Amino acid sequence: MNAEGAPAMREVHGPSALGGGWRRFFDLLWLISVTEFRRVYFGTVLGYLWSLIRPLLLFAVLLFVFTRVFKLGSDEVEYYPVLLLLGIVLFTFFQESTTTAVTSVVSQEGVVRKTQFPRLVIPLSTVLTGAFNFCLNLLVVFVFLFAFGVEPMWSWLLFPVALAALVVLTAAVSMALSVLYVRFRDVAIIWTVLAQVLFYATPILYPIGIVEDETIERILMFNPLAVIFEQVRVWMLEPSAPTAAEVAGGRVWLLPATFVFVFICAFAVWIFNRDAPRIAEEL
Amino acid sequence: MDKPLTPGGQAPAVIAVEDLHKSFRIPTHRVDSLKERIVRPFSARDYRDLRALDGVSFEIRQGEFFGIVGRNGSGKSTLLKLLASIYRADRGRIRMAGRLAPFIELGVGFNHELTARENVVLNGVMMGLTPNEVRRRLDAVIEFAELGEFAELKLKNYSSGMLVRLAFAVMMEADADILLIDEVLAVGDAAFQQKCADAFREMKAAGKTIVLVTHEMKTVEEYCHRAMLIDGGKIQHLGEPGEVGRRYLRLNFEREAANSETTPEASEEVRLLDTWIADEAGARLTNVEHGEEIHLRFELEALRDVHGIGVGFIVANADGVGVFQFGIPVHKEDGSTALKAGERVHIGAAITNLFVPGRYFVHCGVNRNENGGIALYVHDAVDFVVFGGTEQANGIVELPHRIEATVEAGERA
Repeated sequence: MNAEGAPAMREVHGPSALGGGWRRFFDLLWLISVTEFRRVYFGTVLGYLWSLIRPLLLFAVLLFVFTRVFKLGSDEVEYYPVLLLLGIVLFTFFQESTTTAVTSVVSQEGVVRKTQFPRLVIPLSTVLTGAFNFCLNLLVVFVFLFAFGVEPMWSWLLFPVALAALVVLTAAVSMALSVLYVRFRDVAIIWTVLAQVLFYATPILYPIGIVEDETIERILMFNPLAVIFEQVRVWMLEPSAPTAAEVAGGRVWLLPATFVFVFICAFAVWIFNRDAPRIAEEL
Repeated sequence: MDKPLTPGGQAPAVIAVEDLHKSFRIPTHRVDSLKERIVRPFSARDYRDLRALDGVSFEIRQGEFFGIVGRNGSGKSTLLKLLASIYRADRGRIRMAGRLAPFIELGVGFNHELTARENVVLNGVMMGLTPNEVRRRLDAVIEFAELGEFAELKLKNYSSGMLVRLAFAVMMEADADILLIDEVLAVGDAAFQQKCADAFREMKAAGKTIVLVTHEMKTVEEYCHRAMLIDGGKIQHLGEPGEVGRRYLRLNFEREAANSETTPEASEEVRLLDTWIADEAGARLTNVEHGEEIHLRFELEALRDVHGIGVGFIVANADGVGVFQFGIPVHKEDGSTALKAGERVHIGAAITNLFVPGRYFVHCGVNRNENGGIALYVHDAVDFVVFGGTEQANGIVELPHRIEATVEAGERA
C-alpha cells in the first residue's frame, strides 16, 4: 500500500544477546573494555601496579609456604617458582573476570532497562578488560621465565592455544553467571566459594602428577582448567613433564574434561540466549 | 506556536505495529535466591499476570510527529520500550524502517567515571554509529552542549544542568531517522526547554519521524501531527491531538469517579476525593510558571462521623526534600468541628510560587484533632512542574531578596 520508493521495513525482534548487528556489538565490546581498562589503569595513583600487586603477593606467600615450610617445590618440581607464578597469573585472570562478571549485568541496570544494548557485551567486556590486565601480567611472567634460566622453546608457540581455551572457558562461565545472578542473588556467594575450591583443585600449587592416588588424579583431571594448566607446564617450562593426557591416564581420560568444557560453553550460550530478552523485565 | 498540519496521507509508514501483546508476570512472592528455590520449588508459580498491552495496532508515517499519551500504568511506556527493543513482545509484530534512537531517559547510558568525550563516543556507538563517525562529530556535540572547556572532565564532577545539556546534544547528534522520546521535556530549566523546543522544530523541518510519549497535553497539542491515547493496554483513540487531549482529560475524570469507591486513598474515616493544581479561573494545570500563584485544590469526604480534623500538606521537590509545609483545621461556619458521614470538605490554597524550576510533589495528611492520630496520609497526591523564572540551578526556593553591590574608592587611590 506504500507509495513507490518507500523505505524498506525490517522486523523488530526485541532485545537479544547480540542485538543490532555484529559490527555494533564488537565496536561496543572493544570500546567499553578499553575505556574501563584505561579508567582502572590511569584512575588511581598506582594504576596498573594494584592489579599486579595482588597476584605477586599471593605468589610470594605461597612460594614461601611451599618451598620453606613444606619443602615441596624445590626438589620435586623443576622451575617451581615460575610454575607457581604462571599458574597464579592464569588463575587470577579466570577468577577476577568471572567474579566481576557475576554482578556485571545487574550493576548495569540503568543501561539494561533503558537502552537498547546488546546484553552479551556486558559480561564479555569484563572478560576482555581482564584479558588486557592478563597480558600485562604475562610480561612479568616472561621476565621470571628468563630470570630462572628457562630457554625459549618452539612449544611456546602452542601457548596461545591453551590461552584461547582458557579465554573461551572464562567467557562462558562469565556469561552463565551474569545472567543467573539476575534471578538468583546467592550466585555471587556460591561462586566466591566455588572459585576458592577451584583454586585448590587446579594444579597451581602442585602438579597433579605428584598426587599418589591414581583415582584422585583422574577425577582432578575432569576439571578443564587442570588440563589447560598441566599442558601449559609442558609447553612453557618442562617438555619432559607428563602431558595432560599422561597425567589423566591416557587420552580417553581427557574426554570427561572435554565434555565438561563443551557442556559449560553450550549451557552458557543456551541460558544467555534464553534469558537475554527478558533481563530488563527481571531487574 | 504554529499549529502543525498533518503531513500528506501518502507518506510511507516507517513504523508499523500489528496486534501487539505484552504481559508481565508479577511474582506475588519473589524467589530471589537458589536456596529459596530449592526449599520451596513450587513457589515460582505464585505469579499474577499483568496485561500491559493488549492488541495494539497502528502505523506511524515518515516525517510525522506522533504523540502517545496515557495515564501512569496505561501501557504507554511499555509500548515505547517494545519499540526501542528493550522488551520483547509476547505476540504481534513491529516493523520499522531506518535507524532508531531511543531516549527513554536523558543521559541514562552515561558512565559518571568517564569524561564527557568518552561518554559521547560510547553513546554514539550505542546508537549504531561507528567509532570513527562519532569521533568526527565529537567536537560538534561538545560545542552544541556548550561544554568546550569541560570535555575532559569526568561526568561525576558535572552539574545537573551540564549533564542535561550533554545528553541533549548527544541525542541531537545521533542523527537517527526515528526518535523515540519519553518525557524528556519535563526536565531542565526554561532556557533548556526553549532549546528543546527549537531543536524539535528543526527536526520536524528536517523530516525526521518523532514519537513522543508524555502525559503533558500541552506538548502534544503544540507539536504533534497525530496522537494516540492508550488506556488499559488498548488504543482508546488515535487521531487529531486536540481530540486526543479532550478524551484524555475526560478519561481522567471518569476514572476518578469510577474508582472512588475502591481507591486506596481512603481510610476508615475519610476519603480523598481529588487533589489538583488549578489556574486562577479554576482550570486544571500541571505546569506552573515561576512567580505565578499556585492554586491547590483538595476535596475530602467523611466516611463516618468524625469529631474534628485538620488537613496538612507538604510540598516536596524531586529529591524528596520537603520544601514547605502548611495546613488548616477544618471547621464549619458555625464554628463546630464535627463532621457527619458523607459531608465533604473543600480546601483551596494559594501559594506564592517561589519554587525553583523542577518537579514537585504534594503529600497530604488528615489528622484527628482529639487524640492527634493520623486519619489519612496520601503520598504524592498531586505533582506539578515549575518552569521559567530564575536561571539559578542551586537551591530549592528563590526567596524574595534585595541585593546590591557598592564600590568605594580605596585609601591609596
